[in-house]
Amino acid sequence: MRAAKADPLIGFITKRFINYAILTAIATLSAYALASAILNPAARYLGRNPRPSDETINAILDNLGVNPNTPVIERMWNWIVNLVTQGSLGETIHNTTVVSEIAARAGTSLRLLIIGTIIAAIVGVVLGVWGAVRQYRFSDQAISYGSFTILAIPSFVLGILLMILATMLNNLLGMQLISFTGEYTAGLDGGWWAHFWDRAVHLLLPTISLALMGAAAYSRYQRSAMLDVLSADYIRTARSKGRTRGSALVRHGVRVALIPMSTYFAYSFATVLAGAAVTELVFSWHGMGEMLVNAITQSDINAFTGAILFNAVLILIAGTLSDVVYAALDPRVRV
Amino acid sequence: MSLLDELPGADTDTAGAETPQSAKPVSRSRLVFSRLRGMPRFWVGVVGLGAIALWAIFGLVPNAWNYTDLDIYNMGSSPSRLHWFGTSDIGEDIYAQTIVGLRKSLIIGLLVGPLAAIVAGIVGAVAGYLGGWWDRVIVWFIDLLLVLPSLFLFILLSPIFKSLSWVALIFLLAGFGWMIMARVIRAQTRSLRERDFIKAARFMGVDTWTIIRRHILPNVSSLLIIDATLGVGGAILSETTLSFFGFGIQAPDVSLGTLLAAGQSAAATRPWLFIFPAAILVFTVLSASLIGDALRDAVDPTSGANRD
Repeated sequence: MRAAKADPLIGFITKRFINYAILTAIATLSAYALASAILNPAARYLGRNPRPSDETINAILDNLGVNPNTPVIERMWNWIVNLVTQGSLGETIHNTTVVSEIAARAGTSLRLLIIGTIIAAIVGVVLGVWGAVRQYRFSDQAISYGSFTILAIPSFVLGILLMILATMLNNLLGMQLISFTGEYTAGLDGGWWAHFWDRAVHLLLPTISLALMGAAAYSRYQRSAMLDVLSADYIRTARSKGRTRGSALVRHGVRVALIPMSTYFAYSFATVLAGAAVTELVFSWHGMGEMLVNAITQSDINAFTGAILFNAVLILIAGTLSDVVYAALDPRVRV
Repeated sequence: MSLLDELPGADTDTAGAETPQSAKPVSRSRLVFSRLRGMPRFWVGVVGLGAIALWAIFGLVPNAWNYTDLDIYNMGSSPSRLHWFGTSDIGEDIYAQTIVGLRKSLIIGLLVGPLAAIVAGIVGAVAGYLGGWWDRVIVWFIDLLLVLPSLFLFILLSPIFKSLSWVALIFLLAGFGWMIMARVIRAQTRSLRERDFIKAARFMGVDTWTIIRRHILPNVSSLLIIDATLGVGGAILSETTLSFFGFGIQAPDVSLGTLLAAGQSAAATRPWLFIFPAAILVFTVLSASLIGDALRDAVDPTSGANRD
């Protein structure tokens, strides 16, 4: 009995997960092919003085597996074989492995992404519901115009504006209350607690920046999803059964309005990743965004593909998570 | 509200080409317009965007400096009567540069938004109407582009586009701005396909392309107009972000993005280098998106977040 009830749910999520996994694989391989077609890894060595001989360059490129003279299909096949058999993503042009590079940077990016996304989702949903319930009142108008304004600000401008504000605040207080360059203060003395506090302070502005962008977008969607729900008959039914207004809104309103939000969350996650990369660059964090941009400017095909794979896996996780939320909220999936 | 639900279908029931185009659509556009007139958002957006456009066209007339002029006696000066927005380190007039940059960003936005909407309309209608393998392949392709963040693809493709003129950037931005709308159009088309007037046309032997052009696209045109309007702001945001990091508009040309990149280092000490271009950028995008949002509400007041 129990298994029969759970089966369709697991089936639904498995099906979606496989769909996402195939998409991730194709996206990564397309990125590899595209990067191989556009980037020219040899250019880096041709510009050196004295210029290395063609054999040397060929040997270096062969070693990295990015020699343009080898057909793309063959290189891609080697890349896949290496990934499957050794779990290796190849080497960067700086002779470090891509995996170690990602391992060193992933934590930085994930910290920003996870905290920023969670705050954005919570604040966005709360503001959206509030705006819908108080439709056309002052608070709704204020939230609407506020989120329109934030959505009109590019993320790099928002980051720099926050830095200007923090500088003004620091000057006003006459002390370095908020520090914002880099991820931590280099060469900081002190115990574990001092380091933790230092990182938390550095995290403040980038997180605010990312969370503001996300919350503004989510609150618009949550508001209009909630407005759809509020006009539905079952809210009136719930009220006439004797539920209080608040209880009817939360149990029957917000719950249903979150269903379209979970789909939107999956679709918007790629935008969030791009926004996070820009935020990292503006605040000079050494995260995955920087790795990706550096890989392109230095024509490093392996590092680029690794960074794209990292992003694609994050989208895979976000998509699956939103499907789980969707299935948990919408009983129709479970039938 | 129920009146509006009936309307989109009623519009094109009689599909004859000689039906006076004005009679029925006018009633609907009049309805939409009367709703628009009642929305303060719409007027704020229209007046804002109109003012920005006029300013971009005529703003240089009263200014004494051109954007390439260097005032070597006033390098790095703050806003004054001589230089309204101040000058940069090498004496460029920020006011003149802002206007020239604004022109470029506006042109890019105003072209990319409609272009992307046209692509979205055609791809979505083809996928939804033809169904089958066409549909599956197109949806997979769209999903693929949604998984790869387009900002990263722009940066990857930038070496190619750097060597071309800034016009190429328009096609690049339009080429990656249509995916989400195409999915919405596809969903709409699939339900339209089962309507009687489309079936009638099909059984009469009208060919596929004509059905898409004459019956499907007019029925999703309101969505496309909204998308084109909202796309203007989105395109300007993408362009400035790319240019800011040096992957978009290149050196001799000026856009709001390159201007912001130049002003970034001095943002804290000499804020006018950054604040003025940034404020104008935000105001432009905000105006465009207010119009788009008002249009969406006017076309379909019951519309939810998610039509797909």
